[in-house]
Amino acid sequence: MLKDEDRIFRNLYGFEDWSLKGAKKRGAWSGTKKFLQKGRDWIIDEVKASGLRGRGGAGFPTGLKWSFMPKESDGRPHYLVVNADESEPGTCKDREIMRHDPHLLIEGCLIASFAMGANTAYIYIRGEFIRERERLQAAIDEAYDAKLIGKNNVHGYDFDLYVHHGAGAYICGEETALLESLEGKKGQPRLKPPFPANAGLYGAPTTVNNVESIAVAPDILRRGASWFSGLGRPNNTGTKLFCISGHVNRPCNVEEEMGITLKELLERHAGGVRGGWENLLAVIPGGSSVRCLPRDSCNSLNMDFDSLAALKSGLGTAAVIVMDKSTDIIRAIARLSYFYKHESCGQCTPCREGTGWMYRVLDRMARGEAEKREIDMLLEVTYQVEGHTICALGDAAAWPVQGLITHFRDVIEERIDQYSANPKPEGSVREPAAAE
Amino acid sequence: MSVRRLDPVQPESFKFSATNLKWAREQMKKFPKGRQASAVIPLLWRAQEQHDGWLPEPAIRAVAEMLDMAYIRVYEIATFYTMFNLSPVGKYFVQLCGTTPCWLRGANDLKDVCRRVIGDQQQVTEDGMFSWLEVECLGACTNAPMVQINKDYYEDLTAESFEQLLEDLRAGKEVTLGPQNGRQFSAPEGGATTLLNGTGKAGNSGGAKRKRSGAKTKSATGRGGK
Repeated sequence: MLKDEDRIFRNLYGFEDWSLKGAKKRGAWSGTKKFLQKGRDWIIDEVKASGLRGRGGAGFPTGLKWSFMPKESDGRPHYLVVNADESEPGTCKDREIMRHDPHLLIEGCLIASFAMGANTAYIYIRGEFIRERERLQAAIDEAYDAKLIGKNNVHGYDFDLYVHHGAGAYICGEETALLESLEGKKGQPRLKPPFPANAGLYGAPTTVNNVESIAVAPDILRRGASWFSGLGRPNNTGTKLFCISGHVNRPCNVEEEMGITLKELLERHAGGVRGGWENLLAVIPGGSSVRCLPRDSCNSLNMDFDSLAALKSGLGTAAVIVMDKSTDIIRAIARLSYFYKHESCGQCTPCREGTGWMYRVLDRMARGEAEKREIDMLLEVTYQVEGHTICALGDAAAWPVQGLITHFRDVIEERIDQYSANPKPEGSVREPAAAE
Repeated sequence: MSVRRLDPVQPESFKFSATNLKWAREQMKKFPKGRQASAVIPLLWRAQEQHDGWLPEPAIRAVAEMLDMAYIRVYEIATFYTMFNLSPVGKYFVQLCGTTPCWLRGANDLKDVCRRVIGDQQQVTEDGMFSWLEVECLGACTNAPMVQINKDYYEDLTAESFEQLLEDLRAGKEVTLGPQNGRQFSAPEGGATTLLNGTGKAGNSGGAKRKRSGAKTKSATGRGGK
């Protein structure tokens, strides 16, 4: 198990003071000036050497992303935008950072902005996180008052940090949709290229990073890239916040080493699967968008990007949704399909029409009211949606359905058989997966 | 996507209060010159807060005018983003998370409570106290099932504790925010398995102390419109 002194988020549970005083006691804002004095290239090289991969889901190397920003400004300002639009079902880690350790994020914003030549950064927080927004703003006000950020601050690098918020659109977690939203438009993703590093916010070079990626940066510099890269497994280094929800005895957030086995993660921190490991049906290991895994694949599963990608699933945001044998897996995935139908921005036809279509078919399948040939038809449709849209929401809507059909086709077939044996039993009520 | 239309019954006009107007001008300064449209979501949100929790059509016009935006651009924002309520809501507006992580832990039981105590979705009770809506993941999955009522999250609910919560709100009693089962935020119930020594340094027992002081309570302040 990761030792407590190797944890970055030492106030994850809010046992201690979140404010500047408490954060400084935990080590935040120490040595920041020294890091800036070492220069942009040193910071980027150090983050590259740490092996940090983006914590927002895609796992793209953070240092490399920073290095894509132009070295010199061509007259346009540079921007850092922090993606705090945490909405992936199962995920609730950035919320803890913002309400219990906001100064790590603020310090990270300063360091990352300096490394990319940005003098302004925006944190885009989801609209529902009203209290978290208030907390974050209070922490930013503290940082301004203490002259840690702002004009003529003690670090000698002018830097403004603003909190902005959304209003309930999952799609704004996609980086270009987020930029559209930040510009005051509907959150509809942009075509890439141009990539944000060339033309992002207001057409200026922009980098969008997840809250956790930014908040771990100061500690990587403080403790050294080799400390971070020494944790975890090759190409999957460091520590990670895991969100464990669903059918475990004690759901929780916890910071652990990358590559920890799923079984250890659940049993050590979350009190194990409800009814014991044998009672496990399936796990969605990285937030709702990744393919679920049945118990067979879970016995010695390492929780990191590469191990999960090898199983055609993904680490995503490391939001582990556990389902025990009492779960109606078809209905569980149908409910996710409803989510994607609700959250599709409507821009691309395959996603706009496909998400609704997939939900309606799955809703029927959950009742057994379907033909067996429709299973393959549904699978075919998921492949028609996947990869045929501007952003990854289409993929994210397709993958859970593919996971269901790959691993639980027999359950769907059995349900269909049950239904056709007795289509309308006395007293049956039709209940859709979601209230409509 | 979901179909969202303006309410057929609209007020004559909308005007920001003096405080909110001042606040709005400050918000616009966060963005570079000529980019004031960026402030559209915060301004609409403030308008909704001022107008009893829902966004009337005249407010959309007022914000468009303030930000020098075409009316249609602001209108499409109001209908695109689902946190803008286009029809009246109750004094306590319950947003119930129904997505899979909450569903696995009994969100449907909470829905039944809503139907029994409040009524159908998006219908305001006769006394104007409640309305409810099933929403998508609110990002508190380790504390499922949960609801958001106005600005606050109420987590780790059961059908019983949720019904009690609604009753307490109706009666104007103090309610506990966050987890309803005495848990420390998102730490495992019954005690954390990590961070046992606070900052990791020996002798720091800050955690235990804070825990004994119990969950914070706050009086039911309603929507807290500004």
